[in-house]
Amino acid sequence: MIQLQSETASYQGVETLHDIDLQVCEGEKLALVGQSGSGKSTLIKLIYERYPVNTALVPQDYGLVNNLSVFHNVYMGCLDQHSTFYNLVNLIRPKAEQVEVVRAILAGLQLEDYLFRPVGRLSGGQKQRVAVARSLFQKGHLLLADEPVSSVDEQQSRVVLNQMLNGFSTIVLALHDIQLALAFCDRIIGLEKGRIVLDSPAEAVTEKDLLSLY
Amino acid sequence: MDSVYKHSPAWKVSWLFVLLGVVCLFFSDVEVISLEPWQELKRLFLGLLTPDWSNLPEIGEAFLQTLAFAILGVAGGSFIGFLLAQVFHWRWIQISCAFIRAIHELFWALIFLQIFGLHPLTGLLAIGLPYAATFAKVYAEILEEGDKSALQAISRKASVISIFFYARLPDLWEHFKTYTSYRLECGLRSSAILGFVGLPTLGYTLSSAFMEGHYSVVWALLLLFYLLIATIRYWVRPALLPVYIIAAPFIVANDSTISFDNVRRFFTEDIIPAPIIRGDSLSESWHWLSDLLVNQALPGIANTVVLTQVALVASGILSLLFFPLISTHFFKPVGRTFGHILLVVLRTTPEYILAYILLQLWGPSMLPAIVALALHNGAIIGHLIGRYSTEVQLRVDASRGLNRYFYELLPRLYGQFLAFLFYRWEIIMRESAILGILGIATLGFYIDSSIQELHFDKAMILIFITASLNVLVDASSRYLRAKLRLRTSVDCRATNDYCAARE
Repeated sequence: MIQLQSETASYQGVETLHDIDLQVCEGEKLALVGQSGSGKSTLIKLIYERYPVNTALVPQDYGLVNNLSVFHNVYMGCLDQHSTFYNLVNLIRPKAEQVEVVRAILAGLQLEDYLFRPVGRLSGGQKQRVAVARSLFQKGHLLLADEPVSSVDEQQSRVVLNQMLNGFSTIVLALHDIQLALAFCDRIIGLEKGRIVLDSPAEAVTEKDLLSLY
Repeated sequence: MDSVYKHSPAWKVSWLFVLLGVVCLFFSDVEVISLEPWQELKRLFLGLLTPDWSNLPEIGEAFLQTLAFAILGVAGGSFIGFLLAQVFHWRWIQISCAFIRAIHELFWALIFLQIFGLHPLTGLLAIGLPYAATFAKVYAEILEEGDKSALQAISRKASVISIFFYARLPDLWEHFKTYTSYRLECGLRSSAILGFVGLPTLGYTLSSAFMEGHYSVVWALLLLFYLLIATIRYWVRPALLPVYIIAAPFIVANDSTISFDNVRRFFTEDIIPAPIIRGDSLSESWHWLSDLLVNQALPGIANTVVLTQVALVASGILSLLFFPLISTHFFKPVGRTFGHILLVVLRTTPEYILAYILLQLWGPSMLPAIVALALHNGAIIGHLIGRYSTEVQLRVDASRGLNRYFYELLPRLYGQFLAFLFYRWEIIMRESAILGILGIATLGFYIDSSIQELHFDKAMILIFITASLNVLVDASSRYLRAKLRLRTSVDCRATNDYCAARE
C-alpha cells in the first residue's frame, strides 16, 4: 500500500531524511519512534505527498480554524465530498444529518459537550482531539497522524488511539510515547538522524530496545 | 453547554449593518441621469491609451504646487502635533483635536479661503490644522504604548528634554517615522484635492481638463500622480527633507496679500449668527435657527448617514471580493500582480477625484458617490486583509477554491476585516459629507451653498454639526470594536497597514 524506495526528503532546505526504504501493507499499524528531530514528521509529510488520495491526516499543528465551531472544524475533513453550495449552507446553518455523524464521533472522544463551541475557546488537549475527530470524520484507507496524543492524558490517549484503530485499517503514527507505541501498534519503525535504524514487529521488541533510540 | 449552534456576535453585527445599508439604499437616490454614460466612459478610457503630456509646463507647475503644499502642511502639522502629543492627556486638548480632525481638509479650505483668500496660508492651514490634530492623537498613542522600561531606569534629576531624547525617542523613532511618512502620502492626496476649491494644485488642472473633455490630459495627470505616490519611498529621504522644506515656501508663494480687514470681519461679523447681529427677538432667532435645522441640517444629516451606511457596506463587500486577488492562497504571482495593480490604482486615486469623474459621467445622484467610496475604501481594506492573509498557514490537505475561502480564510480574517472596516467608518462619513460639494445633497452641499450665499454663520453651524456627527461615529466605532473584542495587534501599529486603516 505504501512503497518508498531510497527516498530522501528536505525540510526548510536541509535534508532531514536519507535513504528511506519502507513498505507498508494494508492493515498494518505502524508506530514511528525516535527523538524529536529524528525525521518522524518529515516522514509523515513525505508519505502524505506520495499518497494523498483517500488519506486522512492529523498534522502536528492541527490546522484548526479558531473562529469556527468544533462541528465545522470536524466537518472540514469532508469538504471535497460535497458540493460547494452544500458546504456554504452548512457553514451558515449546520445540516442535521452532518451534526448527527459529528456528534457520534465527538462522543467517542469525550468531546460531545463542545459540539458548537468555537475551537479558539478550547484547551490544547481538546483541540488535539478535534483534529483527530476531523480525521475520523474524513475516513479513508490510511491515517497519518503526527503525535496525535501528545497533549492529552494517559487515560484519554488510550481512548483516542482506540478510536483511531477502529476507524482506519492502515495507520502510521508518530509517537514519542514508547509504551503506547508497543501497546497499540503491531510494527515499530525507529528513526535516528533521518535514517530508519529499526523495523520490527511490536512483539519482537522490548521497551528497553527502544530506549536506546532516545 | 454548546449543544445548539449559535452565530457569533460578529456575524450578527455584520448582518445588522447590511440590513441598515439596504434600508438606507431605499432612501438614497441611485440613478444614472446622463444620456450616454457608457459612451462617455468609453471616451474616458480611450484617453488612457493616448495620455497627453504636451502641456508639460502647466502639468509640472501643478505637481510642484501639490508637492509643496503637501510637504509644508504635513511638516507643520507633524511639528505641532508632536508638541500637542506631550500634553494630550489634557481632556480639552483631546476634545479639540477630535473636532478639528472631524472636519475635512476641504471644509477647512473653504473656511480659510474666506479669511485669507488665495494666500498660501489657506492651503497650508487647511492641511496643517487637521493633520496636526491627527498627529497629536497617534503620536500620543505611540508614546503611551511604547516600552517605558528605559524611562523608569533613568535619573529623575535629568531634564525632561534629555530624558525624552535618551529614554524614549530612540525606541519610538521608527514608529514616528513610518506613520509620518505614511501621512505624507495622505497629504499629497489632500493637497491634490484642494485644487477643486481653487488652490493651484493638481485638482484645479484636473477639473479644468475634465470640463473641457480633455481626457488625455486627465490621464496624463493621473498617471503622473500614481507614479509620484508609487515612488514616494525613493524621493522622500531624511537627507532631502530639509531641502524640500526650504524650497517649498518659494513654490507656494504668490502675490496675494492677507487683508486684515477681512480677517477681522470674518471673526467679528461673518460667523456671528445673523439674528445676533440684527438684534432679533427671541422668537425671530428661533425661527432663523429652526429654518436652518429643518431645511438644511436635517436633510443634510439624513443624506450623509444614508450615503455613509450604504458606502460602508459596499466597501466591506468589495474588500472581501478584492483580498483574494493579492492573496498567496488563491493566485500565483502573475495573477497577483494584476490584483496589486488594480488595488494600487484604486487606493491611490483620492475618492473625491473618483467621485468627481463618475459624477461627470453618470450625472448627479448618490450612485457615483457610493461607487467611488466603495472602490477606494474596498481597495484599501482588501489590500490590508490580503497582506494579512499571507501570514495564515494552511494544512497541506486544506481545501481549495470557494471552500478554502469560506472555511479556512474568511473565519480567520473576519475579525481583522471588521476592525479595519470600523476604523474606516469615520473616514467614510467625513468623505460622504465632503462629496456634497460635488452636488450630492449631503452636509457638504448645504455648507457649500451657505458659503456661496455668503452665509458663513450658517456654514459654521453646519460644519459644527458635521464634526459632531463624525465624533459620534468615531465613538460608536470604538464601542463596537471593544464590544466585539476586535483588536489590531500592537506590532502592526507602526506599519503602513495600521496607518492606512485609520488615517
